[in-house]
Amino acid sequence: MAHQEVTGPAGRRPRAGQRFDWWSAPGPAVVAQRAKGPSAAKPVVAVTAAAVVPAPRPQPPAERPPDPAAAQVYREVQRSDAFQEIRRSYRKFVFPATAVFLGWYLFYVAAQAAAPDLMRHQVAGPFSVAWLLGLLQFVSTFVITWLYSRNARTKRDRAALGLRWDTQDQLR
Amino acid sequence: MKLSEVPVPPVPPLPVHRLAPPPPPAGQHHDLAIVLFALVVVVTLAITLWVGRRGQATEDFYAGGRDFGPLQNGIALSGDYLSAASFLGVTGLIAIYGYDGMLYSIGFLVAWLVVLMWVAELVRNTGRYTLADVLATRMRQRPVRAAAGISSVVVTLLYLIAQMVGAGSLVALLLGSTGAAAKTWTIVAVGALMIIYVTVGGMRATTWIQIVKALMLMVGAVLLTVLVLVHFRGDFAELMHAAARGSGAGDKYLEPGLKYGVSATSRLDFVSLGLALVLGTAGLPHILSRFYTVPTARAARRSTIWAIGLVGCFYLMTVVLGLGATALVGSKAVRAANSAGNTAVPLLALKLGGGEGSTGGTLFFAITSAIAFATILAVVAGLTLASSVSFAHDLYAQAFRSPAKPPVTDRREVVVARLAAVLIGGLAIVLSLFAQRLNVAFLVSLAFAVAASANLPTLLYNLFWRRFTTRGACWATYGGLVPALVLVLFSPVVSGSKTAMFPGVDFHWFPLENPGLISIPLGFLLGWVGTVSGEERADADKFAELEVRSLTGAGAV
Repeated sequence: MAHQEVTGPAGRRPRAGQRFDWWSAPGPAVVAQRAKGPSAAKPVVAVTAAAVVPAPRPQPPAERPPDPAAAQVYREVQRSDAFQEIRRSYRKFVFPATAVFLGWYLFYVAAQAAAPDLMRHQVAGPFSVAWLLGLLQFVSTFVITWLYSRNARTKRDRAALGLRWDTQDQLR
Repeated sequence: MKLSEVPVPPVPPLPVHRLAPPPPPAGQHHDLAIVLFALVVVVTLAITLWVGRRGQATEDFYAGGRDFGPLQNGIALSGDYLSAASFLGVTGLIAIYGYDGMLYSIGFLVAWLVVLMWVAELVRNTGRYTLADVLATRMRQRPVRAAAGISSVVVTLLYLIAQMVGAGSLVALLLGSTGAAAKTWTIVAVGALMIIYVTVGGMRATTWIQIVKALMLMVGAVLLTVLVLVHFRGDFAELMHAAARGSGAGDKYLEPGLKYGVSATSRLDFVSLGLALVLGTAGLPHILSRFYTVPTARAARRSTIWAIGLVGCFYLMTVVLGLGATALVGSKAVRAANSAGNTAVPLLALKLGGGEGSTGGTLFFAITSAIAFATILAVVAGLTLASSVSFAHDLYAQAFRSPAKPPVTDRREVVVARLAAVLIGGLAIVLSLFAQRLNVAFLVSLAFAVAASANLPTLLYNLFWRRFTTRGACWATYGGLVPALVLVLFSPVVSGSKTAMFPGVDFHWFPLENPGLISIPLGFLLGWVGTVSGEERADADKFAELEVRSLTGAGAV
C-alpha cells in the first residue's frame, strides 16, 4: 500500500522512523482521499475542519433507505481484482485449515467411539494412544492459530485496509 | 421474591453409593470463605460503580465504547469463556470419569479455531452489537431479528442456568447439608448482583469484571497446578498412576470409555458431545458480542489469539487439577460432596493446603471457593448482558415492533435492556433450582449444542453463501433451535434417570444426552432446504456489501 498522509482529530501522524499503526487510524471522515488507480495519482487532500468533526454514526440498516450509488460501489469493489485477491488469500488458507483441524478433531472423537481398543494401546508409561492424540490436539490448536495469524498479517491485512479506505472514499 | 415462593424441587432418594454425607465443614473455613466472598462482591461492585459512571450512551452500554485493546479483550474473552463449567465442571468430570472428562477440555479449546478463522473478524466488520445485526445486513430485518434474538436468549438462558447450579453446589459444599435454604438464597443473591452489574455498569463494567476475574482465575489455577505437580515431584506419570488408584476404577480410569464406553448409545453420545463442543463456541452470543468492544477486525483477531493462549493453558491445567483431585481426594469423596463432581477443585485445594482443620487448608479452600464465586458472578454478568441486549436491540426494538410505530429511541432501548436483565435473571434463578443435580460442564454442553444448531449454520451461510435468503435464515435458526430443545426435553437429562431434572417421571424417548449429532446437521440442512425451496431470490447488491465489508471492514462501525 502506498504511503498516505493521515491526520486525525488528535493530530496522529506517523513520525519518521516510527511505524504508524494503520489500524488505530481514525475513521472514514478523517482519512485523506486515496488515488483511485496507479495512473491517476492525486495529491493528498488536506483534512478540512469539517472532517475533524466526528463522522455521524451510521444509521442502522432498517432506517437507511436503499442507496443505489452505494450498492454500485460495493458491486464494483466486489468485482475488483484487489478484492478478489483478498478473498482468495483468505479462503486459500481458511478452507484447507478448517478441513485439517476439524477432520483431525473428528477423527480423534470418532476413533474413541469406533476403535476403543486401539486407543487403549499403551505407548509410554501410563500414556496410551488416546492420551497422546488428546495432548496433540492442544499442540495442533496452538500451531494452527499461529499459522493463521501469520498468514493474515502478511498476506491480507495491508491490502484489506487499503481497500477499506478506498471503498469508504468512494462511498462518501 | 420471597423465599417461600421459590419452588424447590423434591429431593430424590439417593442411590446407595451416594449416601455418604458430605464432610461437615469446619466452622472456621467457611467463615473465611464467606469473608472472601464478600470481598469479591465488594470489589466487583466497586468496579461496576466506578466504571459505570463513565458513559451512558448506547454504544457504552452495549459495546463498552469499542475502545478496549486486544490484550484487554483477549483476557476478557477468556474470562467470559472460562466459566464455572470449566473451573468446577470440567475438573469434576475429569476427577470422576478420568480420560473421558478430558474431551471437554479439548473440545472447548479446539472450538476457538472456528471462532478465530470464521467468525471473529467477519462478525466485527459486519455487525454492531449482536448476532442478528450480522444477519440483518443482507436479510429482511424483522424475521431474522426475531429468529436470532430468540435463539440468543435461549442459549444464554441455558448457559445461565449452568452457572447458577455452580453457585448452588459451591454454597452447598460450604454450608453442608444444613444449607438448603442458604443455597436458594445464594442463588437469589447471585441473581440480584448480576442484575446490578448489568443495569448499572453495562458492557464496560462487565468487561473490567471479566478481566479482573480472569486474572484471579489464572493465578489460582497456576498455583494449584504447581502444588499438585510439586506434590508428585513433577512426575506426571506418577500423578496418573496415583489418580488411577484414587479413582477406584484402576487403569480403566486412564482409558477411554469409563463414561462413554458402556454401550453403542453412550459412544454415539460421545461423538454428539464432541460435535456440539467444537461448533458451539462460535455461536455463543456473549462471546460474539465481545468482538464489538474492540475498534477493528484486526484487534478482534488479536484478542482471539490471546484468548486461545489463555484458554489453552487453562484447559491443560484442568487436566492436572482433575487428576490431582482424584489422586489426593479420591473419586469417592468427590462424589460424596457433590454427586456430579462440581466441587472437586475446592476439595483439592483443601487437601493441598494441609487438609481439614489446618490453617493452610482453610485458606486454600476459601481462596479457591472465592475464585470460583468470582468466576460465576463475572460470567453471569456477561451472559445476562448478552441476552438483555439481544432482547432489547433485536426483539423489542425491531422484531416485535410494529413498523407503523415510530422507531424506538436509543435511550428507551437501553432502559428495556436493563429491565430485560432483571427478567432474564429471575427466570434463570427459578429454572436453575430444578437442575441442581446436573454437572455444570454438562449443562453448558447443552447450551453449546443449541448454539451450534441454531446460530452457527445461519451465521456461516449468511457470510459465505451468495444465494442464502431470509427464509433460509429463519429455517436454519428455528430448524436448529426447536429440534435441539425438543430432543433435550425428551432425553434422559430431563426425565427417566436418577440424575434427571425430574427423576420421578419418565417420558424420555431420545437415547442421547446431547442432541448435537442430530440437531446440528438438521440446522444446516434446513437452512439449505429453506433457501432453495423458496420463491425469494437473494439480493446480490446486499451480498456484495456484506462480502466487501466482512473482509475489508469498509463501513464498519
